[in-house]
Amino acid sequence: MFPYDKYLRRDKFPHIWCTGCGCGIVLKALLRAIERSKIPKDDVAIVSGIGCSSRTPGYLDFNTLHTTHGRAIAFATGLKLAKRKLKVIVVTGDGDATAIGGNHFIHAARRNLDMTVIIYNNYIYGMTGGQVSPTTPAGKRSTTSPHGNVEPAFDISGLAIAAGAPFVARTTCYHAVQLDKYINKGIMKKGFSVVEVLTPCPTYYARPNRLGNAVEMLEWYKNNSIQIEVARNTSDEEKAGKITIGILHDSDRPEFCDVYSQLSARVREANKE
Amino acid sequence: MSFRYEFRLSGSGGQGLILAGKILAEAAAIYDGKNATQSQSYGPEARGGSSRSEVIVSDEEIDYPKALNIDLLLCFTQEACDKYYTDIKDNGILLVDRSYVTKTPKGKYRMYSLPITETAEAKVGKALVANIVALGIITQLTGIISRGAVEAAILSRVPKGTEELNLQAFNAGIELAQQAQS
Amino acid sequence: MRMSNRENAKLMTGNEACAEAALFAGMRFFAGYPITPSTEIAEFLARRLPQVGGTFVQMEDEIASMAAIIGASLAGVKSMTATSGPGFSLMQENIGYATMTEVPCVVVNVQRGGPSTGLPTLPSQADVMQARWGTHGDHPVIAVAPSTVRETYDWTIRAFNLSERFRTPVILLLDEIVGHVSEKIVYPARGEIEQVERERTSRDPESYLPYENTDSDIPPFAEFGAGYRYHVTGLNHDETGFPTNDPKKVDILNRRINRKIERYRSEIIAYSESSLEDADICVVAYGSSARSAHRAVLDARRSGYKAGIFQPFVLWPFPHERLSLIAQRIKNFVVPEMNLGQIAHEVSCATNRNIVRVNRVDGGLITPDEILEEIKNVSIR
Repeated sequence: MFPYDKYLRRDKFPHIWCTGCGCGIVLKALLRAIERSKIPKDDVAIVSGIGCSSRTPGYLDFNTLHTTHGRAIAFATGLKLAKRKLKVIVVTGDGDATAIGGNHFIHAARRNLDMTVIIYNNYIYGMTGGQVSPTTPAGKRSTTSPHGNVEPAFDISGLAIAAGAPFVARTTCYHAVQLDKYINKGIMKKGFSVVEVLTPCPTYYARPNRLGNAVEMLEWYKNNSIQIEVARNTSDEEKAGKITIGILHDSDRPEFCDVYSQLSARVREANKE
Repeated sequence: MSFRYEFRLSGSGGQGLILAGKILAEAAAIYDGKNATQSQSYGPEARGGSSRSEVIVSDEEIDYPKALNIDLLLCFTQEACDKYYTDIKDNGILLVDRSYVTKTPKGKYRMYSLPITETAEAKVGKALVANIVALGIITQLTGIISRGAVEAAILSRVPKGTEELNLQAFNAGIELAQQAQS
Repeated sequence: MRMSNRENAKLMTGNEACAEAALFAGMRFFAGYPITPSTEIAEFLARRLPQVGGTFVQMEDEIASMAAIIGASLAGVKSMTATSGPGFSLMQENIGYATMTEVPCVVVNVQRGGPSTGLPTLPSQADVMQARWGTHGDHPVIAVAPSTVRETYDWTIRAFNLSERFRTPVILLLDEIVGHVSEKIVYPARGEIEQVERERTSRDPESYLPYENTDSDIPPFAEFGAGYRYHVTGLNHDETGFPTNDPKKVDILNRRINRKIERYRSEIIAYSESSLEDADICVVAYGSSARSAHRAVLDARRSGYKAGIFQPFVLWPFPHERLSLIAQRIKNFVVPEMNLGQIAHEVSCATNRNIVRVNRVDGGLITPDEILEEIKNVSIR
């Protein structure tokens, strides 16, 4: 049995999440990933914005920072730059990271500051009661798209890759083992790493769209996702409508702290002369 | 009675008037030990819009930092001259660059229409240093700030490698003013 | 006036003095976004911070800038951002966050004409009330307004001191005139201005309460990554830092964060008074308007009018008590400001006297004559 208690603030339970919510699955995967990284608890900072997933830090025994809506990555940027030994992990949702916080997200990817961003993508605003989000698929219902969503959805991982993030992975709450592996890889990656995880919201997304209960949603993820290595050899027709999961992008780019340290050393040297 | 001397350097953006103002203020405040302020008003344009740099020199603390009663007005454009000449006090100085200001207004002030930009081109080979030529003229005409102080401030403010060029321009300005005075 | 020598005297702008003083105060993290007329502060620090082992980062907007300095301060580093009206509006939500989470930081607002995009290159003092009430919810604030380059230097350091001492954001209100005017500054001697550091906790991590209700009302600080592993949230929280809806605990927090500024009013408030002893007119002026007011009062005295001047350096908390005392002797108050009467309203509340407002909202600095004229009018009455 994995020693979750080592990392939990047990006195803060029960948590606020609904039955069947994916937040707990991601929380446990995150702890397994941190354990595997062997980073001391004192050196880990978990930063979040506003939303269901953003309540995660409160339950975790690290340096935890629950900030304003959409701004977690911006807070994390200051924290990391001011204390570079910290391993900074941002937990955020689809609305938090790609609607109100979309600008911070793409600029952090471009800047390539060392941090890991876990984006819980449940296609909906859960905390405020089920409104349409930038990732709600076209046609789906929510309290603010009662006639079906008229807008197309963002591809979060595609956005991260395009903006320059050197490590981008996507998986689902069904693939829990894979999830902690990807989070761990993200943590170990020097640079801005993004792990997008599709997570069920049985309360506000499944119900208006008649997608069944939590178990049925997990089954849906299982049946409708395709590993990237497989997808590469699969025809477009066959993979139509399926979600590509796996490590979607892994490259190396100079990391911002390193670049800034080099700059600092250079100007101090020049100053001496 | 305390003294307060007000300069307004006016023209358009890119003519170096803000730098010239800062050099005057630094000369007075740091190298001559007086008090000085320099302020500017400017538009959104980095180049071409109207630009105004004001320097107040006093032996007391300077509270209000803008010119009220101008002792010396420098104009690098006709527009600036038309707009500001009425702000000059009686017996003040109106200094214009004759390449740009062709219509000079009449009034109770001492008028100097000098070939400032032409001198910069002829003596230094660069129209760019017309602002520094103007500083030489201003130093000579007003006697408010010492020549050594202005030279020191020029050396501290101009880009490295252009010191000699700028001192040449400054001296050319002094000579031009001496000729005009004689 | 003190004699200066060339070594410790320099001609600089208010924006440069602000940046220089911030470095002197120990500021080592700056996050900002370009905006006229504050940009020179960012430019100066982009050049200087890497030279002194600090970090400069240009963020994607002012919201992110404010967030980043809070994050950096939580790591124990003195932090600052600088902006102007439109950017100050964008920072408001996170200024409230810093207030609620008690994270020290300094926010510089070099005021320009508004509302909206307004007059980017021209001065105003129209953000005084926004500095007080810009963020939502009941909250305390400290805001300071220097009027000269030297005052900007001193008050930037004091802004950090106040911020560190009270664990709260401090707003430094400059304006385009103060920010851009070049004048001589004689650096203070070492030790002339004290430097304050936030109180660090002496407790061990097990017994540390990040939002403890201490006798001082100011909980000692522990920085992130120092073994304390506590929680910070903008939600109403209890002493442990975790969210609570318990009315009793919510009430305690809301009252404490306000009380911790209110009860130290006398320590925070700062002003200067001149020629008030025998005056029958008091000019209340701050920021660059105070420069015009000083001249107007001198001119008034020369013409035989008994005017004096009261210049608050700290605008929030406002010195109501002192003005109320002055109003026992003086019946007429003249308040010049480059807005439509934001501080005049406070002066009126404090004094219950006749307030003559001198307002300009055209981008121009109020002239000494405009104030002098009102001093004369009041005297005739």
